[in-house]
Amino acid sequence: MKKRNLQQIAMIALGLLVSISLTSCSQNGNSDSTNQKVKTLIGAGSSFDNPLFSKMFYEYNKNTGLQINYQSVGSGAGISQLTHKTVDFGATDAPMNDAQEKEAKGNVLHIPITAGAVVLSYNLPTVKKTLNMTPEVIAEIFLGKITNWNDAKIEAINPGVNLPNQKIVVVHRSDGSGTTSIFTTYLSKVNAEWRDKVGAGTSVNWPVGLGGKGNEGVAGIEKQTPGAIGYIELAYAIQNNRPYVTVQNKSGNYIKPSIESVTAAANIVIPEDAKISLTDTEAADGYPISSFSWVIIYQEQSYGKNTEAKAKELVTLINWMIHEGQQYSAALDYAPLSEAAVKRAVEILKKATFNGKAIL
Amino acid sequence: MKNHLNYRIAKTKVMQWLVYLLAFLTVLPLVFILIYIVKAAIGAINWDFIVNIPKPVGEIGGGIANALLGTIIILFFATIIAVPIGILTGVYLSENKTGKLSYWVGMCVDVLQGIPSIVIGIIAYFWLVRPLGSFSAISGSIALAIMMLPIIIRSTEETLKLLPNSLKEAGYALGMPSHRVILRIIIPCGFSGILSGVMLAVARVAGETAPLLFTAFGNPFIETNLGKPMQTLPLLIFNYATSSYEEWQNLAWGASIVLLAMVLSFNLLTKLITRKWKIQL
Amino acid sequence: MANEQKIGKTLRMIKGERMFKRSIRLSGILMVTLVLGIFITLFWGAFPSIQSLGFDFFKGKTWDPVQNVFGAYPFLVGTLLTSLVALMISIPFSVAIAIFLGEYFPNGWLSNFLRGTIELIAAVPSVIFGFWGFFVLVPIIRTFQVEMGIMPNGVGIFSAALVLAIMIIPYAASLGTSIIKMVPSDLKEGAYALGATRWEVLRNVILPYSKSGLFAGILLSLGRAVGETMAVTMVIGNANLLPESIFSPGNTMASVIANEFTEADHPLYLAALIEMGLFLFLVTFVINFIGKRIIKKTTNH
Repeated sequence: MKKRNLQQIAMIALGLLVSISLTSCSQNGNSDSTNQKVKTLIGAGSSFDNPLFSKMFYEYNKNTGLQINYQSVGSGAGISQLTHKTVDFGATDAPMNDAQEKEAKGNVLHIPITAGAVVLSYNLPTVKKTLNMTPEVIAEIFLGKITNWNDAKIEAINPGVNLPNQKIVVVHRSDGSGTTSIFTTYLSKVNAEWRDKVGAGTSVNWPVGLGGKGNEGVAGIEKQTPGAIGYIELAYAIQNNRPYVTVQNKSGNYIKPSIESVTAAANIVIPEDAKISLTDTEAADGYPISSFSWVIIYQEQSYGKNTEAKAKELVTLINWMIHEGQQYSAALDYAPLSEAAVKRAVEILKKATFNGKAIL
Repeated sequence: MKNHLNYRIAKTKVMQWLVYLLAFLTVLPLVFILIYIVKAAIGAINWDFIVNIPKPVGEIGGGIANALLGTIIILFFATIIAVPIGILTGVYLSENKTGKLSYWVGMCVDVLQGIPSIVIGIIAYFWLVRPLGSFSAISGSIALAIMMLPIIIRSTEETLKLLPNSLKEAGYALGMPSHRVILRIIIPCGFSGILSGVMLAVARVAGETAPLLFTAFGNPFIETNLGKPMQTLPLLIFNYATSSYEEWQNLAWGASIVLLAMVLSFNLLTKLITRKWKIQL
Repeated sequence: MANEQKIGKTLRMIKGERMFKRSIRLSGILMVTLVLGIFITLFWGAFPSIQSLGFDFFKGKTWDPVQNVFGAYPFLVGTLLTSLVALMISIPFSVAIAIFLGEYFPNGWLSNFLRGTIELIAAVPSVIFGFWGFFVLVPIIRTFQVEMGIMPNGVGIFSAALVLAIMIIPYAASLGTSIIKMVPSDLKEGAYALGATRWEVLRNVILPYSKSGLFAGILLSLGRAVGETMAVTMVIGNANLLPESIFSPGNTMASVIANEFTEADHPLYLAALIEMGLFLFLVTFVINFIGKRIIKKTTNH
């Protein structure tokens, strides 16, 4: 008899436990009332931005208690997940193209959030001086035409540097990446063979090389593989103490990627939808592989289970990122938005509505 | 004649030592892995490591609290979902050894066992994440539950098949209906086998990453709400291991050792259970 | 008890019994529904790709999502190469362990130790194998590649096959052990009585008798290797190209799905990935079906 009672009690307790947990999660899901406090937001996308976002969201959580779950899965995934409405916001370094905008079924706002540099980091422990490269050399390396570090073309632009007889291991992205888009857009602009053979996009048909997942993965493989060269965002190169290439820009100057050279490249008129490429900049001091990065949200926020409170939190967050959040850029080697860029960003953010009513 | 005999004896000895060598070599990778992980992780594990969440990219410190809690929660709910269905199906298969439905159920259990975990992830994405509109821990739990089912079903079936018929017949002779016979006599007798099946299933899915990639998604914060994305130990290891940040790699090594300890202790517990609580015949 | 109470109790017992029988039957039906549901979901999801590309999907050599060109041939080759090479590497070890545990040391502390170790290998999560492979195996392979004068990728088809080989040994080994143990002693003793040495008994009696069982174990190992995702994706190099040599980077179907699923931004892309998932489902189904069939036949003798 005792055993039976115990069993019954155990079953009831289990049933209670299960029903409590199920109701707690369905309760949070069905919150239509506006006085239900929003505790978390979920975003996904660009690994280009991840070092900056990681810091920004940590600080924002300290200030406001709002938890922002950002997954650095690549711009391609960020766009795709926003399209499928499984995340609240996306982040991408490649503005959505026409096909992606059509898939999205609803206007998507691109709010510029920062600007950064795509640098070429390399693994040559014996070479102490920073290497120079021209657009042609970079393209030929990634096309697989230059295969050894002591190739004449590389030696010609690096006088006095003792380049080892070592095979070049190209590292690229295995996932859909805005960083890839920036890099391949640049290569398509400066090299006709690249433009015709490979082209530009978040995911291209790489002629050679190994694939790494995210900026993190590319940096990881490059760090481990002697003779490797990979393209990553500047913050990754600096945080991991990787040497990176000085690239010759359109004006013929060899420019070191830095906040100053990215800011110089970003010093242009920003169109109304803020979708503009900074690569192959005209600026004399500008780093030629620079780019903006954008946070993407739906213009009309009343979809799915979204509440007005949530939309407000989202817009407030992005507004903070454009203004106070910029203070964390410099320490991580991202270029803070210029005044003109901030102005444009606020204009775009103001377009966000909930049931037609502007949120900001 | 003698020479030929010696040759044959020599051949036997050679092959014997070859088999010994190969068997010994097989043990080596595991030993290497364990040594390497312990060495790499030993510095990382401390109390902070267990109770903190990861710090932002590039900063020192942080821990695996969110992943540890997430793993426990997701596993718990996966077990709650899988155990009742698994045991019931196992009972069905052991009670109905012949019959068309029984044959197809057995086939389907075998099919389930062989499905690659990434395909289960795709299924869970379409069945749960898309309709509910968000990544969630419960979708991860259900994906893991699907993977646990074949293991629980098969071990329940095997355990129950081992029990002698006399037990059941004694129950029927006393006038007990079949559900009482099963629930009161058979299952308690085979309890150790069923329990070890459950624990094996848990140990198996504790380390699964692929099904969680598009379901639980990951979360840098501690999360207890089943309807929200959650971080788990395997996801953390996967994301941080291939990154280039040494702090994150250290976290991944520490998480690996915690995960290994969890999985190995479950396996050891299973062995102890089967040894100590042998089926009462 | 009064008669009405007795009848009531009996009726409740009968109802309870019926409910119980129904619920276990329902559980069984649920399994069938689950598997059917999985197949239908995969097929329906892959349909756009099946419809527009047909069989050329598996012959196409270019995978370019941006241009909407989906050729899965490189991944088919990658999957086959890694699995078959893994199988070739692991078979000697699996068979050796099966013989060791089945014939030489069926009991005793050494047997328990080795069996326990093999089970532990099977228990290690695949992401940890990938982690270890990336940090320990890959640099070793890279050093070899530098010595041999080829591209020091480190990662590649061979590295993935090596990690896979370690992971699948337990499956063939444990099955092989049980099969070898099942060889009837009178067969063995007859051979010994005729003057055979131990090795000759192994080679001419035990192994031929367990041939099909060992083959089933190998098939199950293959099924596991084909579907393995995490360890492979961490050490294979993730290059969506046709591998030129055993040391080239490449990609397998499972690895591509894991890499690109969350970023498939248009339906055809997603359908192409799901089609590969469907293919994996069918292939593992066939392999496991044949394997289990053989096991059932041999254990019923």
